[in-house]
Amino acid sequence: MSGHSGSAETPIVKIRGLHFAHGSRVIFDGIDIDIPRGRVTAIMGPSGTGKTTLLKLIGGQLRPDAGTIEVDGIDVHRLSRRDLFRLRMRMGMLFQSGALLTDIDVFENVAYPLREHTDLPESMIRVLVLMKLEAVGLRGAHDLMPAELSGGMARRVALARAIALDPMMVMYDEPFTGQDPISMGVLAKLIRRLNDAVQITSVLVSHDVEETSAIADLIYVISGGKVVEQGTPDQLSISTSDQVRQFMRGLPDGPMRFHYEALPLVEELLGSGRKP
Amino acid sequence: MLDALARFGRHGMAALERFGRAHLLFLQIVAGITSLLPRPGLLVTQTYSVGVRTLVIVTVSGLFVGMVLALQGYYVLSQFAAEDSLGVMVAASLVRELGPVVTALLFAGRAGSALTAEIGLMKATEQLSGLEMMAVDPVRRILTPRFFAGLISMPVLAALFSAIGALGGYFVGVGLLGVDDGAFWSQMQAKIDWNEDVINGVIKSLVFGLVCTWIALFQGYDSVPTSEGVSRATTRTVVHSALAVLVLDFVLTAMMFGE
Ligand SMILES: Nc1ncnc2c1ncn2[C@@H]1O[C@H](COP(=O)(O)OP(=O)(O)OP(=O)(O)O)[C@@H](O)[C@H]1O
Ligand SMILES: [Mg+2]
Repeated sequence: MSGHSGSAETPIVKIRGLHFAHGSRVIFDGIDIDIPRGRVTAIMGPSGTGKTTLLKLIGGQLRPDAGTIEVDGIDVHRLSRRDLFRLRMRMGMLFQSGALLTDIDVFENVAYPLREHTDLPESMIRVLVLMKLEAVGLRGAHDLMPAELSGGMARRVALARAIALDPMMVMYDEPFTGQDPISMGVLAKLIRRLNDAVQITSVLVSHDVEETSAIADLIYVISGGKVVEQGTPDQLSISTSDQVRQFMRGLPDGPMRFHYEALPLVEELLGSGRKP
Repeated sequence: MLDALARFGRHGMAALERFGRAHLLFLQIVAGITSLLPRPGLLVTQTYSVGVRTLVIVTVSGLFVGMVLALQGYYVLSQFAAEDSLGVMVAASLVRELGPVVTALLFAGRAGSALTAEIGLMKATEQLSGLEMMAVDPVRRILTPRFFAGLISMPVLAALFSAIGALGGYFVGVGLLGVDDGAFWSQMQAKIDWNEDVINGVIKSLVFGLVCTWIALFQGYDSVPTSEGVSRATTRTVVHSALAVLVLDFVLTAMMFGE
């Protein structure tokens, strides 16, 4: 079902002049991003910069205040609900929390999109589901309930579900968080393999500089509502930007702040400031 | 003063907005019936969890309410030497009023709160977003089957409540207080009217079922997706449902028996 209607050169996701605010808190203040077809593109940035929000905007779950987002040449936010759903069938999304349905077991979770959107016979669904689960190393866990999985396992099941329909693009929200080094390596290879073998475009949101640099073709670093740097992992590792240097090396001091906006600590503790 | 007025206005607007959202959601839920018909299995599962699991509390309550009705009724009726009419009195109270109303209150407490909590938690754990991203409409897939399950379950539960209640009345009236067995049933049969009593009772329970399930689903779907938000929504479901049922009961009764 991985339809490739555009040519290889046109980006699969084209974001222009994106502005978005949660209430009065500005998350994106005019960003442009091109996600090339058939590559692994990473979106990186400190916690709370809006990486998850960006994926939700691309998936059409949130509306931008200004600017456009095109996926495969289609403006996501001008689609009717029906067309949006048709587009979403070609996008997989791995939620940060997994978002598995808790009242059905692992097998049924992965089978869910297949049952909803195809008329495949049961035997075929069984084969497909077990293959996807095998790919994430959890075939043996197919009859467990989501509550019986660890966080990392749940995320791998969610990954199997996200690729069940063989989408043209998969968005991974923090796939590496909570994984041990072995499954982290396996996941990274899996993402790379899906990409190389079946030309699935991957959009990867992550904090994990090392693992991400190893598999990404292109990295965007977002901070403070702007794209602060973009380029290949090699280009970024020699970037002269303070922000990028700080982020890539994990230094506490620099232009990127670890703290959410606040009054100076002393002021707040001594109670001389107004309540933030 | 102006501040208070502004606050009042804001609350009013917020309430009005919520009211609007609730109606929109209602339309979406009902429109979802087109995707429910090809999958009757969904309805069966939900009717089980919404209806069947409420059975025990409804039957036990029905039994005791019927027994109390017989006790109270007997003392009043015996003052006029009209104990033989005990059957009618018990059955009429049950079928017209207590069956639909008490069942609806129990339903809101047992099934409605569970529905709100379930949907609210699905929202809080991003399961609903997950469905959206899988191109599955959570309203059609999750809310619609639950809504119709509630709509179907309520009249059945209310009928059961009344039937068990009549039996409870029989045990107390005939078994304990010595009312004539034949008179109890034959008067009940003769005086309870099909249209006037039974159909009206069914209409009431249908309306209550619709309103209670709607409130429960809306509160869950509209809840703030946190533990606290879900717990507040659950409370609101029970309170709003109870108020709605009692007010609607008065309105419906006035319309049906008012003339
Ligand atoms: N529903 C919401 N209402 C208001 N503000 C929100 C909401 N969701 C997120 N935010 C704010 O938007 C900002 C971006 O959130 P987002 O979840 O996109 O961050 P993130 O980059 O994915 O962070 P992390 O790496 O920790 O997952 C956060 O600072 C958060 O405070
Ligand atoms: Mg996030």
